[in-house]
Amino acid sequence: MSGADDEHLARLLRQAVAGDEKAYGDFLRDAAPVIRGWARRWTVGGGVDAEDIVQEALLAVHVKRHTWRDDAPVIPWLHAIARHKFVDAVRRQARRPTVGIEEYEETLASVETEKARDWEIGRALEGLAPGQRSVVNAISIEGCTVAETAQRLDMNETAVRVALHRGLAAIARRFGRS
Amino acid sequence: MDTNDLIKALAADTRRPGLSMNTVWLGAASGALVLAGLVFFMMLGPRPDIAAAVETLRFLFKFVVTIALAAAAFAAMRVAAWPEAELRKLLPYLCIAPVLVLVGVALELIALPSDTWAAKLIGTNSLLCLTFIPLIGLAPLALFLLALRHGAPSRPAFSGALAGLAAGGIAATFYAAHCPDDSPLFVATWYTIAVLGLTLLGAIGARLAVRW
Repeated sequence: MSGADDEHLARLLRQAVAGDEKAYGDFLRDAAPVIRGWARRWTVGGGVDAEDIVQEALLAVHVKRHTWRDDAPVIPWLHAIARHKFVDAVRRQARRPTVGIEEYEETLASVETEKARDWEIGRALEGLAPGQRSVVNAISIEGCTVAETAQRLDMNETAVRVALHRGLAAIARRFGRS
Repeated sequence: MDTNDLIKALAADTRRPGLSMNTVWLGAASGALVLAGLVFFMMLGPRPDIAAAVETLRFLFKFVVTIALAAAAFAAMRVAAWPEAELRKLLPYLCIAPVLVLVGVALELIALPSDTWAAKLIGTNSLLCLTFIPLIGLAPLALFLLALRHGAPSRPAFSGALAGLAAGGIAATFYAAHCPDDSPLFVATWYTIAVLGLTLLGAIGARLAVRW
C-alpha cells in the first residue's frame, strides 16, 4: 500500500481506461490482493466471507471505473469501494434468516469442503438470463476468449461482448439492490 | 466462480466505461436549470414590478443567498459522488448560505422596529412559497439523483440531501424573482422550510435510488 504501489496501479488503470485490455487484466489482478488484505481484516470473526468482498468490490470497481479521476490516487478510491461493498455485505448478512442454521452446520460444513465454495457472485450468475449466463460462464470459468465464445455459442463477437457487458452489469445491480 | 475467473470476465468486457462524471454533471446542471426555468415561466413568471425591485437591496439579497446555496450545494454534491470523498471537508461549503441568511436576519432586526417583525416574517405569500419552491425543484432533484446514481457516493442518503439542497437553491432562485416578500425574516423562515423539504426528499430518494 505504498506510494509505489499506487503509482503502479494508477499507470495500469490509466492504460486500461485508454483501451488497453491487457493492462486492465493486470490492474484487476494486482488490485485483488490489495483488496483481499483489507477484506480479511474487516471480516475477522464476522459471518461475511472475505473473498465475497473481494469479488463484489472488483465488480463494483469495474462498473464504476469512470468515477476514478486519472490524476487521483488509486488506493483510497479502491479502499472506499471495497469498504462500501463490505458494509453492504454485512447488512445483507444481518437480514438473512439464521433460525435453525445450527442444526445444519455439520452438513453445510461438509458440503463446503467437498466442492469448491460457491461465492455470492456465483449465485448471482445463476440468476442471469440463459444467454448472458452462458457467455459469462464461457469467458470466466472456462477461460474462453471472446472469439472462441462466439464460435462455440454460434453468436457474433459483438453479441458476445454485449451479453458479457449486460450480464456483468446485471450482477452488479443485483448486489447494489440488496 | 473463482476470483481469477471473475477477473477474466471483467477484463474481457471492453465496452466503453460509463460517461465521465464531469460530462454527467454538466448535463444534469444544464437540464436542471432549463427544467426549473420552464416550470417557473409556465406557472409563475417574474413579479410585475421586477424592474423597480432590482433597485432594492432586500430583493437582490435574496439572490445572493439562493445562488450561494445552489452553487455550494452543487459543488459539495459533485464531491460526494466520488467514493473516497471526505465528507467532513464539505461542511464549510454548506455553512455559506445559512451564515448569509443569519447576517441578513440580524441586519433586518436592527433596521426595522420590533412591532413590524411579525408582519414581515408572515409576509403575503408563504403558502405559494411552500408550494412552488418544491415544485420547481422537483425536476432538478430527479436529475441530480440520476447523476449521483451514475457516480459512486459512499453515503447515498447524505449525497441525496445535498442534491435536495442544490435543487432547492435553484428553485428558490427562480421563485425569488416572483415572490413579493423580500424581508430576510420571510426568506429565513419559508424558503428554509421549502428547501429543507426538498432536502429530506433527496435523502429519502437517494436511499431508494442511489445504490451501487
